[in-house]
Order: sequence, then structure tokens, then C-alpha cells
Amino acid sequence: MGNMLIKKLLQLFEDVGIFFEFLGKVLKESVSKPFRWHLYINEIELLGVNSVPIILLACLAIGMIFALQSVVLLQPFQAEIGTGAAVAVALAQELAPIITTLMLIAKNGSAMAAELGTMRVTEQIDALESMSIDAVHYLVVPRVVASVLVFPVLTILANLVGSFGSYFISTTLYGIDAASYMDYMFDVLKSVDIVIGLIKSVVMGFMVSTISCFHGLHVSQGAKGVGEGSTRAVVTSSVSILVADYLLTTIMRPIFFGI
Amino acid sequence: MIIKIENVYKAFGSNKVLTGVYLDIPEKAVCSIVGQSGTGKSVLLKCVMGMLSVDSGNVWFKDTEITTLSKKQIIEVRKHFGYAFQNAALFDSMTVGENLEFPLREVLQIKNKGIIRKRVAEILEWIELPGIESMHTGDLSGGMRKRVGVARALMLQPEVLFFDEPTTGLDPVLSETIMNLVLRVNKELGMTCIVITHDIPAAFRISDKVAFLHQGTIVAEGTPKEVVLSDHEIVKEFLRISFNELTI
Repeated sequence: MGNMLIKKLLQLFEDVGIFFEFLGKVLKESVSKPFRWHLYINEIELLGVNSVPIILLACLAIGMIFALQSVVLLQPFQAEIGTGAAVAVALAQELAPIITTLMLIAKNGSAMAAELGTMRVTEQIDALESMSIDAVHYLVVPRVVASVLVFPVLTILANLVGSFGSYFISTTLYGIDAASYMDYMFDVLKSVDIVIGLIKSVVMGFMVSTISCFHGLHVSQGAKGVGEGSTRAVVTSSVSILVADYLLTTIMRPIFFGI
Repeated sequence: MIIKIENVYKAFGSNKVLTGVYLDIPEKAVCSIVGQSGTGKSVLLKCVMGMLSVDSGNVWFKDTEITTLSKKQIIEVRKHFGYAFQNAALFDSMTVGENLEFPLREVLQIKNKGIIRKRVAEILEWIELPGIESMHTGDLSGGMRKRVGVARALMLQPEVLFFDEPTTGLDPVLSETIMNLVLRVNKELGMTCIVITHDIPAAFRISDKVAFLHQGTIVAEGTPKEVVLSDHEIVKEFLRISFNELTI
């Protein structure tokens, strides 16, 4: 029992070590020539443009649901005018980056791991290396760069759509005055709230892409391994971004709000 | 010698795959490394190419000792090598033409579309599959895949071309076609060809040199005639079964 625990702990340390070695290589290769701009553009299209509908739908729903819940809570205090502000701040700091990231993990993180995993088991990655092309530079760096650029843009979009959903529910279903709703929302919502969300989205974009690519590149044992790699990518990314969200919030609160 | 392998050891955990391999490969020769499945033939090839690091021993390419090079230097040396994979390892998100263009665009950094198209058409003509540029790799038969895989490896005009189990999964007629392609690469393009196979009759037919790998070491090597005369029990047994099957 004790031996098993030690063995598992050692394996964990080894895995963490291999991941950080991979991370170092990604950072090194991201500033190495040649810069393959066409790959960056392809990935931005795949990750960004093609993900817009799912992000729109998810964040519109979140904004509307959050507005419904907030109005119910605020109505007894006749403070329902604050619905817009509550939703906007929550979206900007937490919900927009988290929901966007979770959607992109489901849609793109698993796809990245599966694609790279399939390339690994069918020797396509060996083929790249046999042609003197570094697999991390060619396959991972464009995905990481695209994620770091696209996640914040999609987060801004998520903020806008979520806020619109909240506005729609508050003004049409509950009859809250539109002008007062907007005035109060802009009074409370500060640019720093949006900046915090954007910083989180950049970090999460980097984390999701590196974790997913890592699990894809380290696949073994054929189709079963590809499936397991994709699952590990999704689970590890999802848990990691929630832990990172907590840590980032803890670090950024004193910096931006002094508390 | 274009490649010299000296006392190479390679293990994966407790699994000792190569246990002291010595092998010299002459320039512009066809050399086949034969042996049973799982004896480390592909591992040896990847060690020679620097795609796997050796645990101990030396691998030389001409005057360069590959085993002491940094990763960056190995990448440079690897430009002299081509590798035709067992299952071709074609990029399945690309067409045949894009697969063949890939080394020109990404490795040689050729931008001129006219030159690229001409080179692709020429190589397809050479492997006797003209006009299939727009075909998707998923639509190719096993034999076509292997030939396109060889063509992609040839695009960089390497000095040494490695063939990993080129006839596995092919019928005898297609196997013959692929082995003839190996010979053409050697005779017409003047490249050194290193073939990994357990197709003994084919290996004996095309090779200048045959090396028999068993339990991580070379137990017999030389011209096909010399290997036939080997008194190593495993070699004798392997040859007996292979040639008996052929006569039946």
C-alpha cells in the first residue's frame, strides 16, 4: 500500500516534470524562426471564427439565466435596477472567461488532443521529425498563439452577448427601465473588471492549448490511447482553469482593488 | 562507409531492445536489416536517424558522430536522410499533392508555386502514379500510399533513404512493385537504401548487404550468399521457413 502510494507520487512528479519540460519547449519554440503565419491564421479561424456561434449561444443563455436569478433576489429590496450591474460585473470578472474557456475546451481542447494523438499513433509526427521539422514548433506553437489571441476576443464577445441577454430579460420580462438599467450598469462596471477577465482569458487560453497539445502528443496505444488522451485533456484543462481562476482572483484582487 | 553503427544499446525501461549492435553500411548500397518482429529493427533505424537517443554506443554518418550531436545539429544531419514509413504516415488532412509539396514548402522554403507543381508532377510520374495530385490520401490503396510515402521522402533528395517494412500488408505483386521501386531509387537516383523487412526472399533479391538482427544484436551479416551460409541456428531456421514457403 505504502509502496503503491510512493510509486504513484513518483509517477506524478515525473509527469509534472515532463509537462514543465514541454512548457519550456513551447515557450522557446514560440520565438523561434520560421514564423509560419499561415498556420497561425488557420488556427485563429478554426478556434475563433468557428467558435463564435457556440460562445454566443452559451453566453446569451448565461446572461438571461443570471438576470432571472438576480431579479428574484433583488426585487424584495426594490433593487432590481442593479440586475444589469450585477450581471455585467459577474460576467466581466468570472463568467465570461470561464464559460468561454469551458466551451472552447469542449469544442477545441478535445479536438486538439485527438488530432495530435491520431497524428502520433499514425506516425505523422515521426514523419514531420524525419523531415527535420520540430513537431512542437509546427503543431503546438500555432495552436497556443491562436488560443492566447482568440480567447480574450471571444471573452469580450461573451461579455457583450451575456449583457444583452440580461438586458433583454430585465427590460422585457420585468419591465425595468432601460435607461436606468444602463446608467446603473455603467456606474458600477469599471474597466478594471473587464481587464481582470481578459487577463484570466489569456492565461486560460495558454493553459488549455498547452495541456491539450501535451496530452495529444503523449498519446500511445492506438485508438484507445487517443480516446484516453482526449479525455485527460478535457478533464485536466477544466480542473486546472478553475484552480487557476481562484489563484488569479486571489492575486489580482489586492493589485486592482487593494483588498 | 556512409553509416557506421558501433556497440549501440537502447532500452525502454526494463525492456532491452538493442544490446550491442555493430553494423557498417556502404555508400550507394542497398542494405536490408532482417529479423523477426519485435527484435528492434525500427528502433535501430530511429536511433540511426537521431529520432531516438541511444543509451550507449556510437552512430556515424560519414565523418559525423550523430550520437554526440545536439538536437539542433541532429536536425541538420537528418536533412541527408529520408524515411519511408511502414504505413506511409501521409498527412491525412492533406491531398497527395499537398503531402508532396510539404517538404518543399516547409523544409526547403520554396515559395515559387510553378517550381513546386513541376517537382510534384515529376515525382508522381517517376513513381508511376501521374496525375493523382488532387486525390485525398484516404482514397489511396495500400500500394499507392506506400509509393506516395516514398515519393514524399524523395522530395528532399536525401543521400540515404530508410524503408520501414515496405512490403508489409501488400500482396505479392505489389510487394514486387515496391521492392523494384527500392532498386530504382538505388540505381537511378544513386541513393543508399536501408530496408527493414522480414520479407527474406525480397530482401535477398534486392540487397547488396543483409544484416540479421536477433535479440538486439546482429547475428549474421554480409552479402545474401554469405548470410545463407551462416551457421547461426535462428538464421538457419528463419531462412529455411522463408524459402520453404516460397518453394511451396
